[in-house]
Amino acid sequence: MENASASSLPAFTLLDGSGNGRKFPTGRVALLCFVKEDCPTCGITMPLIEAAHRAIGTSVDVLVIGQERDGNDKLVTRHHLTAPMLDDSALNVSFAYDLDTVPTVILADPAGKQLRRFIGFAREDWRGLMTELARQSGTAVPALDWNSMPELRPGCGSKSVAPEIAERLAAEARGERMTARRIELGDQEDVFEFMFERGLTDGLPVVPPTPERVRWMLTATRRDPREVIATAPPNLAPVTVEKLAINAVMAGARPEYLPVVIAALQAVCTDEFNIHGVMATTWGATPVIVVNGPIRNALGMNMGMMALGYGTRPNATIGRALKLVLRNVGGAKPGDIERSTLGAIGKFTTCFAEWEERSPFEPLHVERGFKKEDNVVTVFGLEAGSRQIADQTSRSARALAGSLGLGLEACWHPKQHGSGEVLLVISPEHADTIARDKWTKAQVRERIQEVTSRPLRELIPDEESGEGVPLKSMGLANPSADQLAQKIPKFRRPEYINIIVAGGEAGKFSAVFAGWVSGPMGSSSVSRKIEEAP
Amino acid sequence: MKQVILDPTDERVPIRRTLAARSGEIRGRVAMLDIAKPRGDVLIDRLADHLIDRLPGVEVKRYRKPTFTKPAPDELRRRIAEESDFVIEALAD
Repeated sequence: MENASASSLPAFTLLDGSGNGRKFPTGRVALLCFVKEDCPTCGITMPLIEAAHRAIGTSVDVLVIGQERDGNDKLVTRHHLTAPMLDDSALNVSFAYDLDTVPTVILADPAGKQLRRFIGFAREDWRGLMTELARQSGTAVPALDWNSMPELRPGCGSKSVAPEIAERLAAEARGERMTARRIELGDQEDVFEFMFERGLTDGLPVVPPTPERVRWMLTATRRDPREVIATAPPNLAPVTVEKLAINAVMAGARPEYLPVVIAALQAVCTDEFNIHGVMATTWGATPVIVVNGPIRNALGMNMGMMALGYGTRPNATIGRALKLVLRNVGGAKPGDIERSTLGAIGKFTTCFAEWEERSPFEPLHVERGFKKEDNVVTVFGLEAGSRQIADQTSRSARALAGSLGLGLEACWHPKQHGSGEVLLVISPEHADTIARDKWTKAQVRERIQEVTSRPLRELIPDEESGEGVPLKSMGLANPSADQLAQKIPKFRRPEYINIIVAGGEAGKFSAVFAGWVSGPMGSSSVSRKIEEAP
Repeated sequence: MKQVILDPTDERVPIRRTLAARSGEIRGRVAMLDIAKPRGDVLIDRLADHLIDRLPGVEVKRYRKPTFTKPAPDELRRRIAEESDFVIEALAD
């Protein structure tokens, strides 16, 4: 039993079994009894509640507050209840009273101040209460077989704290309202098949976005669900927090991932990133998402073994959530505006973290001007899948960086030089080889440029291979011998070689995500701080 | 029990526009829009030559997007709409 407290209880009006509104405070002493039908301890308590009503109901308002509409009717019938049963199946009063447990029994004075509160069932609490109320009312203590009752029984969880329901109640209490259209399915409809048929999935099943799950997702953000956080191409559709949360639920994400998805969406929906082009291109590009900062560990993101593969929920679902919202809200659907000739499996999701702790270099986000403790998402418009570069024998940073450079030369086409951004993911074993010689990222980039530099004559389209650097783009109609001997490195600028460390401890293999059209004519990588973090 | 899910799509209803009336002949100003894909200009040049040969009543005007990777800028679309009766766009390579 909790001690008497003089706190004011929330006022309410609930309907009784006859449909009449019953107000609290009532102007008299009142006994509020919160119950639900499937709770055995409530079952033990019901006869006492009814006995109290019969004995002292003329001077004390005994109000039974039931949490389930059907269950309330059953309780009334089962216990021959004459005390008024009030319907709190919406659970707003249970929530306002901050109930954890039923039965909860509260004695209140005529002004609605709490005098006493019991939780669960304790025989002596009830016996004391009955005696006191009978004395105050000048009536006899009801004759009850106290010895047949258990001494103590714990209560059951209040329905208002059940998962999903609690989030709805909290959202309603904050005055938040979700505005997305509610789609009602028939009893016999299979919700998974329905979502396939409506073209709402990426080809794999999605988690049905029920209002409860979406509310749960929204618990991760302080933003109003109606806030527009981005305009998504190609349809230039406004994306609200709620629409993003719906698609994040479908992707299988947990609420704590939502701030990362918000930041990723805002990063791609910029003119610099140009998600329209990344999705629409006949090349198989996709937003490649890299996460930095403490949030990697908080979310349990994979940055080690299989980091670029599968099997980890945040990696799999953050990227998938971004793709689903671009599809369902933005309108970028395969075969429609998303028009890749071949596509690549990374179009489902490409998201991983940098293993900052295992890297000899500055992390990506610090290199881009953020603090180490900032949580940052970086998006790259790159090929939707990595290719691996093996070098199991180099023992120096110079030799290894040379191998990585030769591996990078195949990106797009070996004869395409003056290329744009790529993302080089260096594995821990390769990072160790580079660290032993104390090489910086700048030295690795310089070596890649050095080893890939080729004379123009080897790069122009010819009968051996019609692709390459077009002379027209160089402004050279009739190049001189000197001009043809001029060496061109693979990348237009060394900083287009983005470098991070990730991957398993064993294996002398690194990987590269090849680029698409880079810079103002195509897509530039964008880093964005994750504003809300768990 | 009824199952309820929330709509994950953009719920806006697109504006419906009717097509402009077809006159049955090509006469007036024809915009040739090059989206800046490699060799798109070659296609546009050939088309323009044919149009001028076969349809003396047309005036061909060339336009070019800054990059094929992004939608045409609003200003370019406005100019094309103001200055043209027809548009031919070379979409891709």
